[in-house]
Amino acid sequence: MTTPSIQVELSPSVQYLLRLGDTALILGQRLGEWCGHAPVLEEDIALANIALDLIGQARTLLTRAGELEGQGHDEDQLAFLREERDYRNATIVELPHSGAAGESRDFAFTVLRNAMMATWFRLMWERLRESSDAELAAIAGKAVKEARYHQQHSADWVVRLGDGTDESARRMRAALDTLWRYAPELFESDAVDASAAANGLGPRWDSLREPWLAEMRELLADANLDVPADSAFRSTGKTGVHTEHMGYILADMQHLQRAYPGGVW
Amino acid sequence: MSEMKTNPMKGQSASADDVAQEWPLWEVFVRSKSGLDHKHCGSLHAADPQMAIQLARDVYTRRQEGSSVWVVRSDQIVASDPSDKDMYFDPMEDKVYRHPTFYKLPSEVDHM
Repeated sequence: MTTPSIQVELSPSVQYLLRLGDTALILGQRLGEWCGHAPVLEEDIALANIALDLIGQARTLLTRAGELEGQGHDEDQLAFLREERDYRNATIVELPHSGAAGESRDFAFTVLRNAMMATWFRLMWERLRESSDAELAAIAGKAVKEARYHQQHSADWVVRLGDGTDESARRMRAALDTLWRYAPELFESDAVDASAAANGLGPRWDSLREPWLAEMRELLADANLDVPADSAFRSTGKTGVHTEHMGYILADMQHLQRAYPGGVW
Repeated sequence: MSEMKTNPMKGQSASADDVAQEWPLWEVFVRSKSGLDHKHCGSLHAADPQMAIQLARDVYTRRQEGSSVWVVRSDQIVASDPSDKDMYFDPMEDKVYRHPTFYKLPSEVDHM
């Protein structure tokens, strides 16, 4: 006996919110994998704090997506009962923390992705404070403070490791080569963005590209890392087409809700 | 990051000695709200002041405990020697006249 999947009515506004909510949700889930495994106890707590902030943001965004959808779906149903193709997170957040040498958790990869995503989220939240949707504007007002801290904390690590030992610099370069190819997806716009921009729900994602690049270039220069060349590769998670890693994350996230329908603490 | 003056990891070689090297210990003081004193609440390991402040925030203020945080290197604190405890503190035991309550107030003095 398992809980069946829900079908979501994917209007442009619902998709816009799911892209944001799922990106926060999946990154939070990934960061949770560090719990009990971080290099030092203090950083273990710091990473868990960031993960919990992201899950909190995902809860409010998915709740709002469910309200706009109007089918009575709540945050839990949206988080745990969709099919893979209905998750709209950017691909970069679903990649495992693997290092170039095959370690299951590479700290350099994690802090670089956190810095890239926190910068992106902070820019996004700053604009969403002006959303025509009062609920989303209120969510953004709270979340922007969290993102500012995530950015500071992870950017410090990028500088420490990029401009650190030979080994830490080598790991940062490897992480950068992998992650940079997934950044363009964060700055592409389609009909969903056009609709959100037209009704004032939120900015087109491509409008964040220049400010994000300016901040990342400064950070990478401080970290003594070269900005990688552009690549023609385009990831497609936000349209529902994911990497092979997504299924494993969803299996992990969903199995309790699927096996014990409506289970609560 | 631009405020960061030194990078403790810079220039280190990844020898076994460095791996064994511990980050220094810091004492953490948290002020719960404006007007109150900073109170000692614990310690943590961090590579430099900036990391110490961030980790103090993450470890000691996650349940809304604080509005301000201080950190200080533990090796910068000068403490009394525990073996001096008798000599330092026990003599105060019988000096009751050092408490204002030892003195009887004249009845003209009201509401002290």
